[in-house]
Amino acid sequence: MKSTARRQSYGVRGAPYDHPSRTTTLERARSAPYFFLLPATLLFALFFALPIGYAVWLSFRKVKVSGLGLGSGARREVWAGLENYTDALSDSELLHGALRVLGYGCIVVPVMLGLALLFALMLDSEKVRLAPVTRLAIFLPYAIPGVVAALLWGFLYLPDVSPFYYVLDRLGMPQPDLLDGGPLYLALSNIAVWGGTGFNMIVIYTSLQAIPAEVYEAAKLDGATPTQIALRIKIPMVAPSLVLTFFFSIIATLQVYNEPTTLKPLTNSVSTTWSPLMKVYRDAFGEGDIHGAAAQAVIIAFATLLLSFGFLRAVNRRQKQEAAR
Amino acid sequence: MSSLAVPQAEPRAGSTPGAAQDSRPPLRRRIALVPTVTLLLGALYCLLPVAWVVIAATKSGRELFSTFTFLPGTGFAANIRDLTAYRDGVYWQWMANSALYAGLGALLSTCVSAVSGYALAIYRFRGRETIFNVLLAGVLMPPVILAVPQYLLLAKADLTDSYLSVLLPQILFPYGVYLARIYAAAAVPTDVVEAGRMDGAGEWRIFTRIALPMMIPGMVTVFLFQFVAIWNNFLLPYIMLSDDERFPITLGLFTLLEQGANTPALYTLVITGAFLAVLPLVALFLVIQRFWSLDLLSGAVKS
Repeated sequence: MKSTARRQSYGVRGAPYDHPSRTTTLERARSAPYFFLLPATLLFALFFALPIGYAVWLSFRKVKVSGLGLGSGARREVWAGLENYTDALSDSELLHGALRVLGYGCIVVPVMLGLALLFALMLDSEKVRLAPVTRLAIFLPYAIPGVVAALLWGFLYLPDVSPFYYVLDRLGMPQPDLLDGGPLYLALSNIAVWGGTGFNMIVIYTSLQAIPAEVYEAAKLDGATPTQIALRIKIPMVAPSLVLTFFFSIIATLQVYNEPTTLKPLTNSVSTTWSPLMKVYRDAFGEGDIHGAAAQAVIIAFATLLLSFGFLRAVNRRQKQEAAR
Repeated sequence: MSSLAVPQAEPRAGSTPGAAQDSRPPLRRRIALVPTVTLLLGALYCLLPVAWVVIAATKSGRELFSTFTFLPGTGFAANIRDLTAYRDGVYWQWMANSALYAGLGALLSTCVSAVSGYALAIYRFRGRETIFNVLLAGVLMPPVILAVPQYLLLAKADLTDSYLSVLLPQILFPYGVYLARIYAAAAVPTDVVEAGRMDGAGEWRIFTRIALPMMIPGMVTVFLFQFVAIWNNFLLPYIMLSDDERFPITLGLFTLLEQGANTPALYTLVITGAFLAVLPLVALFLVIQRFWSLDLLSGAVKS
């Protein structure tokens, strides 16, 4: 497959018909991809590679204050070695942030993907009514900015304006404070689940649609019930999409920032260091500790990459094992 | 309930007229009901906050805290007037800014994605997979990790707090490049590129005149993705901008909410503002959802 494509894209080798300007065309065809990739490469270098490199450089430096820190030359940047890293790794605030995000992720990822799979299977089932309308409704939150979503739910969590509290009040039931303690995790997770389910549902639904009908017909002839078809055929066949959505959900979870930041004005329980990324922001811009923030950022990026590659390798290994069987 | 109390009197009395004609076994009907109800519940959950904001936007400040949530109020026109009057219409400036960032940004970004995706799909050249993998690794970079040094570097170039500081870093979307590559590989046959070469067309001409028209449907999807991503972005402008004349709508609403926490009178402004901010994207969504190539969404293009 690859070798044919190579031959096709470079011009037909040994073809009977020799084009007059063949060498020049060939040369142009050789340099063309580099020319086409120039904008992306340039933008990548300027806005991805350079900042990452700069962050790494900053993370190994620190500001040394001599005397009282007054006058020019009193604040000097010097080499810090691994000092910023040891500081960051022994920082309990960063660790607590990481644990909070871990707890949050343990709620968001299974619930969101479970709902996405459930809705996708329901959409794909026979004789379902109102499928186009409900599919659109469930996908709709994807169009709503995370900040606005957090804002809307934030108001729905506020006892003074929330319909839930109104109903609970009329029923004479206890009214939990959704913006504090354990319920805060649920409140934040709910925003992420609400915003992400539809997108993942569409990804899974699309791959369900790609399963050929003959497979179902064969299963039905064998007497399989719709539930059995869903569990034994559909779910295993969409496993690659599930892996993909799982992967992207984990990465999105690690990067949680907008929702807790937006809820912050509504409650005192969300600290400025609730998630590790919020701490990076606070240290860099609130405290002016750019070097410490850079070291934390590098650690988070490294952990993300490690997790991603570990995950992809595990998936690849399983696929190879299955192919070998 | 009462029909159940009379056993077997009218076997089909409780069922719907359409169901009475259904000769299939009752089990299958019941299973078709479960998916429909599940999907309706899901739709209800997803529409609830939207329905809430539509109704809450019609309430005056006093009604917001005193009347039942899902009862429409009387203050919608007044709320819009207040919002427009707030700081000489800065709200509409935010909307215009968002349209500019998202419109221009998505357009440029789609062009870059298209040309890169095409090159990665059609040509075989040294370093192809390396370039692709390095670009894709960009997806994994948490935005804060990029945005903090991006801010520091742009500050050195004296570009922070400008339109460019929000526009430029968002032109390259690794995910868009990935989608464009998949789409170009599926939509542009190499024979056609080869035929163009035989006729003596240059590589750039082949791309713009032959390949790009074939890629248009996929690029519409990429454009929409980038548009939504830029419109919804909060962190980058939050870090880059300090002058609220240049804020996009997400950042504007956030600052409004922050101030509103101290002055509840601003709550109605925040709610009305959130309602109006949701409208353009929902409208865009409804108009174009029929054009969305759902296959592309999951990266599962069939050739």
